[in-house]
Amino acid sequence: MKKTEVAIVGAGPAGICAALEAASYGVEVTLIDRGEAPGGQLVKQTHKFFGWHEKSAGTRGIIIAQDLAKKAKEDPNIYFLGSTEALGYYQDDGVLLVETPDGIKGIKPERLVIAAGASEKMLLFPGNDLPGVYGAGAVQTLMNVYGVRPGQNVLMIGSGNIGLIVSYQLVQAGVHVEAVVEGLPQIGGYAVHASKIRRLGIPILTRHSIKEAYGGRYVEGAVIWEIDDNWQGIPGTEQDLKVDVVCLAVGLSPLCEFLWQAGAEMSYIPALGGFVPIYDENMETTLKGVYVAGDVASIEEASTAMAEGYLAGLAAAHSLGKVPEDEFKSKKQAYATELEQLRAGPTSEKIVSGLSVLREQIGKRVSL
Amino acid sequence: MSKNEEDIIVCRCEDITLGEIRKVIREGATTLDEVKRITRAGMGPCQGRTCRLLVAGEIANYLGKPVSEILQSSYRPPFKPVKMGDLAQIHEGNGDCCDCDSEEEGVNS
Ligand SMILES: Cc1cc2nc3c(=O)[nH]c(=O)nc-3n(C[C@H](O)[C@H](O)[C@H](O)COP(=O)(O)OP(=O)(O)OC[C@H]3O[C@@H](n4cnc5c(N)ncnc54)[C@H](O)[C@@H]3O)c2cc1C
Repeated sequence: MKKTEVAIVGAGPAGICAALEAASYGVEVTLIDRGEAPGGQLVKQTHKFFGWHEKSAGTRGIIIAQDLAKKAKEDPNIYFLGSTEALGYYQDDGVLLVETPDGIKGIKPERLVIAAGASEKMLLFPGNDLPGVYGAGAVQTLMNVYGVRPGQNVLMIGSGNIGLIVSYQLVQAGVHVEAVVEGLPQIGGYAVHASKIRRLGIPILTRHSIKEAYGGRYVEGAVIWEIDDNWQGIPGTEQDLKVDVVCLAVGLSPLCEFLWQAGAEMSYIPALGGFVPIYDENMETTLKGVYVAGDVASIEEASTAMAEGYLAGLAAAHSLGKVPEDEFKSKKQAYATELEQLRAGPTSEKIVSGLSVLREQIGKRVSL
Repeated sequence: MSKNEEDIIVCRCEDITLGEIRKVIREGATTLDEVKRITRAGMGPCQGRTCRLLVAGEIANYLGKPVSEILQSSYRPPFKPVKMGDLAQIHEGNGDCCDCDSEEEGVNS
């Protein structure tokens, strides 16, 4: 069985940064991703990034991904295992089960970093299983990775940053966006993204939701309606839209099956995206030697995912005895400060409140 | 609940509808595991990635409790169906590997 010092599941920004940091201390790293190439969500982001520290502000996501992937590739201590899905972690034996193009294999890592990102939430409405109902991530993959348009006329559900950005990218690709609907009374995403959408003449309808999608073999239209304070549709407010795509951008939830299954303690914190692993200031979960970073720990941004990745990589390397104590302390402090700065703005209030709930939980554990 | 609503697919892998889920909840299945075992929702190739939260939401609504209080179903590796033979091979290839063959519910639960 293959042995490695640190195995990392997920080669998005969080996983790559964890790999780079650990490898910089001479740690031998196996970086695993089900995708062919490293980059995670960033390979689909053709827009210029927000919520970013000075050095890369305004850089397109895909450029950041290419840059990180290149560094990982050039690092002799990082072994990238692409097209490989991690299927489970047997904590007792310390075995990570992976499906490689050559079959199922076991890997024995001394430390494990889970940076698996998030999965998209689904919505219940009649017709939600018709071809033409997509998650926003799938639409982005089709367009920005494979150059395929998902359809001609799109109804976007959700006005968070993802809904707004994907709507914009659809228009850039020559697809008509009929409307963006949002259940809440206010738009979820940044004002700058929302203004871009409005300037294109696309209505953003708040307090609206989808009633149903209809069609024979695929989506031929969708009905939207106004909703009340209890999210119940108001009869008589229906609008019939002739669309062939319904795109769902209704939130992400951390992909934390690994942690759950391996026995890590979890906590339900909606502000962080739902069930999240409890982790300490070193990004270590309640399972010794198992770390987390990025969207799997809380649904945030690439900038924070990267800082968390560096921190997890540093802590893993330190626990293997590879980082001098002084250096560990000062670098850890630097990453913590960076994270604090990234979360300083008003748009991060929700995350900050979620993280304080998480810290309370850790406090309770310590005092037990 | 209208006919239309009853037919909404909740678990896409196993084709389980909202009507079926609500029926077993009314009949007393109030944990994710119970709903899963009776209906198979969450037992398909995606292993509940899509329907888990939706089913938890339905139970929470029915009981009038927050989702956080709904008992979560346990996860077991592997996360997607794999052939028993493939698992056995790793086991044979290395004596100190996982005891995956003793997973009581097989590889697709
Ligand atoms: C439309 C959109 C716009 C965005 N805009 C911004 C922005 O302007 N600024 C910003 O900072 N952030 C932005 N983000 C957010 C940012 O992309 C994410 O927060 C970031 O990518 C999270 O990084 P991650 O490494 O945690 O996860 P991901 O990037 O999701 O990477 C996770 C990786 O893990 C792999 N993986 C998962 N499970 C397994 C498994 N079992 N086995 C093997 N591999 C596995 C996946 O294939 C994936 O490559 C945006 C996101 C979207 C969708």
